[in-house]
Amino acid sequence: MFRVRQLCYCAGKKPLLADVTFSLEAGSTLAVIGPNGAGKSTLLKCLCRILPAAPGTLEIQGRPAEAYAHKALARLISYVPQAVERDDLFSVQDFVLQGRYPHLSPFATVSRRDQEAVARALAWTGLESLARRRIVTLSAGEQQKVLIAAALAQEARLMLLDEPAAYLDPYQQEQIYALLERLRRETGITLIEVTHDVNRAASGHGRILALRAGRMVFDGSPSELMTSGVLQAIYGKTFTLTRHPATGCAVALP
Amino acid sequence: MEHLGSRWLRLLPLLGLCLLALAVLPFIGLRILTPAEVWLQAGGPASDIFWKLRLPRVLAGMLAGASLAAGGLAFQALFRNPLATPFTLGTASGASLGASLYIGSGCSFVLLGVSGVTLSAFLGASAALALVYGLTRVRRAMATETMLLAGVAVGIFFSSLILLLQYLSNQAHSLRILRWLMGGLDVIGYQSLLQALPMVLPGLILICLLRYDLNLLTGGQELAASRGMNVDRVKLLLLLAVGLMIGAVVSVAGPIGFVGLMVPHVCRRWYGPDHRILLPATLLLGAAFLPACDAAARLLLAPAELPVGIITAILGGPFFVWILIQREPRR
Repeated sequence: MFRVRQLCYCAGKKPLLADVTFSLEAGSTLAVIGPNGAGKSTLLKCLCRILPAAPGTLEIQGRPAEAYAHKALARLISYVPQAVERDDLFSVQDFVLQGRYPHLSPFATVSRRDQEAVARALAWTGLESLARRRIVTLSAGEQQKVLIAAALAQEARLMLLDEPAAYLDPYQQEQIYALLERLRRETGITLIEVTHDVNRAASGHGRILALRAGRMVFDGSPSELMTSGVLQAIYGKTFTLTRHPATGCAVALP
Repeated sequence: MEHLGSRWLRLLPLLGLCLLALAVLPFIGLRILTPAEVWLQAGGPASDIFWKLRLPRVLAGMLAGASLAAGGLAFQALFRNPLATPFTLGTASGASLGASLYIGSGCSFVLLGVSGVTLSAFLGASAALALVYGLTRVRRAMATETMLLAGVAVGIFFSSLILLLQYLSNQAHSLRILRWLMGGLDVIGYQSLLQALPMVLPGLILICLLRYDLNLLTGGQELAASRGMNVDRVKLLLLLAVGLMIGAVVSVAGPIGFVGLMVPHVCRRWYGPDHRILLPATLLLGAAFLPACDAAARLLLAPAELPVGIITAILGGPFFVWILIQREPRR
């Protein structure tokens, strides 16, 4: 459903992404890893056209991205930022309703369909009981769920997540990961997740893409990733590889 | 959401306040009129004062108050800054400069039914907005901080030009400019009201149509873009709407400050951040607040009339400080 061909993005004269090429099937999941400043977030923002990539480099469901109207594209791709704005005063349900923006017309009020989509998104994320609380009063993990719920209300087939568990404790991290896994299994949504956690990338996704200094340096399966040579090439440091005593999966220790 | 119905009911007090202002304020002034005089002696002096002086003045105040408040609300969402208003960001200075140039030049013309002063004010407001927008385009960044700083700089620049103009004009023109800069609703008849409507109404309608966009903009432009907003176009439309409204209002009433700051913040405290309810609330409170200030301006030093801009600014100054203090602990 998604094809990226020689994607480049420059901020001024400085190239942040160069020659990124990959394609993604509907219903699959992809982790994007790499050191700080490698261009992971920039890639996500190019994919949902927050940032303008060069024409012809991005194809969605067989059509070039620039052929889609803004709202039409947003009905296909949703984006989950790292964290909510600290001074966001909206209630949970009103914030999630904002995810319906690409389905709303300026000449119409919020429809029953919109309200149902919000209710479903709240149910998926288990936020029904918090629906009328203000976002700023929630914990970081709950706030992250609110962001995911808003993206779900958008009813897009592809969800881009920028470090969805970056600021969370291990318990809340696990909750977010379980939610994503359940979503993928039960709705067939396509996921792309940017993460700093090599082990999360390897255990949660069938395929991993690594960036370094704006270029793709790895594209492969978890087992191909979890070798000291590959990790050394991505991060420029050595990792100790071992097996998880309980699950037997490969684990990288920094 | 499901509770929006009851939220609309919450607007009723403000609607009542607005209707109360419309029903009561035209009777108040140097001479308090009674309904009996107005209704029973059609064509008498009381009826004339009511229909030809007081009522148009109250209506002009309502229109100006609603526009100024909506302009402030739009800018606060667009710039994501509680202190952003058409006044702090130079739009009103631009409109004032346009109008001052017109007054200072001493000429007088009407173009396509729009008076020269309205047209000049609109052009001035547009020039200020175009400068702000242009400055951010040069940087090619979507940063609202850049826009905010550009707005402040443009505002100071245009204000200095007005001072320069005043310095260079002869005493009579200079005095007219000064009096006009204080802001006032001393309109006579419905002429200036009808002049302003063709610009104010499209602006207001545009802002109402952008209510979902205003909500989304408060969460940041990147998230808004990811939800399918054409951010550049929405920004341009909002600037255009505010330019139209502020240009028209400033040309009729002069630069009346602080309404655009106070009213949206008060409404946000009462109604929360959702522009679907916040926008109508802001319009209603603005429409009730400004004519009330105007009535106070007429009464305080009667028989002299204070410029209403002085009343709103005297109320607004301390409010500005209060907002600053309120913001501090949350940062």
